[in-house]
Amino acid sequence: MDVAAAKRPTRVQTALREASFAGLIAALLSFPILALRVEADMNNRLVLEERWPLVGVATLSIFVARFLSSILDDWRARALAIAGALSNLFAIGLMIFPDRPQIGLALWFGASGSTLMAAGLYFEREGRAAPERPIAAPQVAKTSRTSGLINLVGIVALGFVIAYPLVLLAWLGPQGSLKWINNYGVQILIYVMLGWGLNIVVGLAGLLDLGYVAFYAVGAYAYALLATTFGLSFWICLPLAGILAAFWGILLGFPVLRLRGDYLALVTLAFGEIVTIVLTNWVDLTNGEAGISSIPRVSFFGLPFTAADDGFAATFGIAFSPIHRTIFLFYLILVLALITNVVTIRLRRLPIGRAWEALREDEIACRSLGVNTTNTKLTAFALGAMFGGLAGAFFAVRQGFINPNSFTFMESATILAIVVLGGMGSQIGVALAAVAMVGGTEILRELDFLKVLFGNDFDPNQYRMLIFGLAMVVMMVWKPRGLISTREPSIFLKERRGVAGSLVKEGHG
Amino acid sequence: MNRWMTDPILRVEHLSMRFGGLIAVNDVSFSVGRGDITALIGPNGAGKTTLFNCITGFYKPTQGRLAFAREGRADEREVRALTRTGKRHARLASGDIYMLERMPDFEIAAKARVARTFQNIRLFAGMTALENLVVAQHNALMHASGWSILGLLSVPSWRRAETAAIEMARAWLARIGLEHRADDPAGALPYGDQRRLEIARAMCTGPALLCLDEPAAGLNPRESGELASLLRLIRDEHVTSILIIEHDMSVVMKISDHVVVLDYGALISDGTPDYVRNDPNVIAAYLGVSDAAEAEQVVAEIARESHK
Ligand SMILES: Nc1ncnc2c1ncn2[C@@H]1O[C@H](COP(=O)(O)OP(=O)(O)OP(=O)(O)O)[C@@H](O)[C@H]1O
Ligand SMILES: [Mg+2]
Repeated sequence: MDVAAAKRPTRVQTALREASFAGLIAALLSFPILALRVEADMNNRLVLEERWPLVGVATLSIFVARFLSSILDDWRARALAIAGALSNLFAIGLMIFPDRPQIGLALWFGASGSTLMAAGLYFEREGRAAPERPIAAPQVAKTSRTSGLINLVGIVALGFVIAYPLVLLAWLGPQGSLKWINNYGVQILIYVMLGWGLNIVVGLAGLLDLGYVAFYAVGAYAYALLATTFGLSFWICLPLAGILAAFWGILLGFPVLRLRGDYLALVTLAFGEIVTIVLTNWVDLTNGEAGISSIPRVSFFGLPFTAADDGFAATFGIAFSPIHRTIFLFYLILVLALITNVVTIRLRRLPIGRAWEALREDEIACRSLGVNTTNTKLTAFALGAMFGGLAGAFFAVRQGFINPNSFTFMESATILAIVVLGGMGSQIGVALAAVAMVGGTEILRELDFLKVLFGNDFDPNQYRMLIFGLAMVVMMVWKPRGLISTREPSIFLKERRGVAGSLVKEGHG
Repeated sequence: MNRWMTDPILRVEHLSMRFGGLIAVNDVSFSVGRGDITALIGPNGAGKTTLFNCITGFYKPTQGRLAFAREGRADEREVRALTRTGKRHARLASGDIYMLERMPDFEIAAKARVARTFQNIRLFAGMTALENLVVAQHNALMHASGWSILGLLSVPSWRRAETAAIEMARAWLARIGLEHRADDPAGALPYGDQRRLEIARAMCTGPALLCLDEPAAGLNPRESGELASLLRLIRDEHVTSILIIEHDMSVVMKISDHVVVLDYGALISDGTPDYVRNDPNVIAAYLGVSDAAEAEQVVAEIARESHK
């Protein structure tokens, strides 16, 4: 540090100055536009309405946005943080307008704004923590075009998903949007989460697991039984379900992870079947085929989604509608899925994640480097199982009823297909594949217009799986390594360059 | 006195490895000197790789003892006492002793610190050169990341450890002349570069003994020259002893301090390069004749032929 540098204003000072200037301009501009409004009242008289808070909000928004954009380095961080700040301010705006109390909307904007800002700060930290800076100082770290594009797709998709239920609600109303939020939104997100969970095991560690649904079942039954027997709340059961599933993952892993390749696949397949059979036949505990019903439904942190006086709708002063619960479930599974995603992305950059991938590449080489491969496999298995268990608990709280038929091999196969179709190891690929697989099968239900072509006897539902199977075959011929086969290196010295899929191994068990 | 006799880092004693009826290594005993480059040579199928696999724990030897003294001097009596206890490792006044034949492969690498490369390169082909070298520092990094907990929280001490690990990887990449390819997948590198990268990866584990299985195989003369200087650099600048399987006699004679010769699983010669080069047993083995007397005859014939 030389003397001149010490005298120079700090970044925060500079940013504050720039932000104040922008805020001043915003205030000056918004004064004639926003501050005063002439409106006709009930008696058709013209009245002057003063809207000073709006000017305040506008000025503050510009101030914050300008401040963030000059203080943050990473462009993704900047975009997200600004969007988040604006969303938060909009929420404040909605709250301070006394004539229209739009608490729900305000809450939503506040929450999503905070999420966006958190995401932005995450990127910024990520950018600052990136270890290439102290070492390769002269070179500016740049992302390659493809990986930059993939990140951009991710961010846009996230924004879209956050807005999805509300846009639909505003557009189609509570009745019309229910199907779209539930069948498409929640359903797809469950599979996104399951896909991301299994991706740790199959995509990263390269262990072929055909019985993943077992852990999904453990989670679901854990919540169902704990809640109906001991009356524990969902928020207590959720972590318990995750822990129980992880425990079962370790229990299965100990004997099984000595096996490789086909043998591992077979044993995990058998384990999945065993769990379903036990759930069917241990009637005392699980009530067998009849399943467990009247599982406590999800509440808004204690406020039930009912028409009662202490319900969610009454408390927030909005009209009761069943859509509130669905929307809450949507955001709940979204958060759970995002947690899975963020944990996986972070772990990939830690030694454990790198060891998983190294294990997939060459297990013998791993052992020659002192990597305890048994423990490394077990952590992958346990972690994947834990996320499966969390998704299971969510499934139970969403359905309110579970029985063994929800946890058949078809589920394992679907989840595995999502991981393989997505391109093993790629987070965004798995999410896209889940949308295509689950959303695709759902869309095929809507093919009623084909009746016009083929006559009234034609039932498109019967051809659903056929069309779907064809699409899968075409997909595998066109992109045999999955939608996104490029592997992102976990660290880089100068430049992050994707690794071509043909070089990346698929693991051998 | 030779170093392998006064200060051995590894003593291979009566080691045998049997696959069904085949005796791949037959009652082999020799010592590896601390700080030496020891060459293990012998015709194809002599059992060299099998011996390596026994030392590094990939095979459990049928019989024999592998006493490894990572630091200090292993006292004969103490080694015998440890053998009787059935334990894997003892921290003695004279230093750490490991019984390699009792340890699983990954512990031999992690605790005894014996690193190896493979006859058929085993890099993580889909990971970058840099990642390959960082994976090699797995155990140290695992510890620094608090078994991932501190790492997930991005604690400063973890980030420092990560930076240090990357710096070490970068330094090794620079040493093998691959710094500019740090971010390329290892599988996309030319063959000679992959050989050197595999050695650098083994070195990133911080080994006390480095076992190299035919590192010069398939290299052109320039590349094998570079390899020889890399090996000398490792021996001189690091506290690493080297055990190397090599067919290229020019490389062996140039760099090794000690040569051990195997043939049909048995040890047939053990000594300085000069001694081994002139050992009639070795010449016999390489010429494919049955005993030393016949070999001398053959050599004499060859000499006569070339004089004509
Ligand atoms: N896992 C195994 N099972 C059965 N036989 C084996 C096994 N590994 C090696 N062998 C046999 O042991 C003998 C020694 O093989 P090894 O690979 O150790 O020879 P080498 O000296 O390394 O030869 P090269 O110079 O060709 O690499 C060979 O006859 C080989 O077929
Ligand atoms: Mg060999």
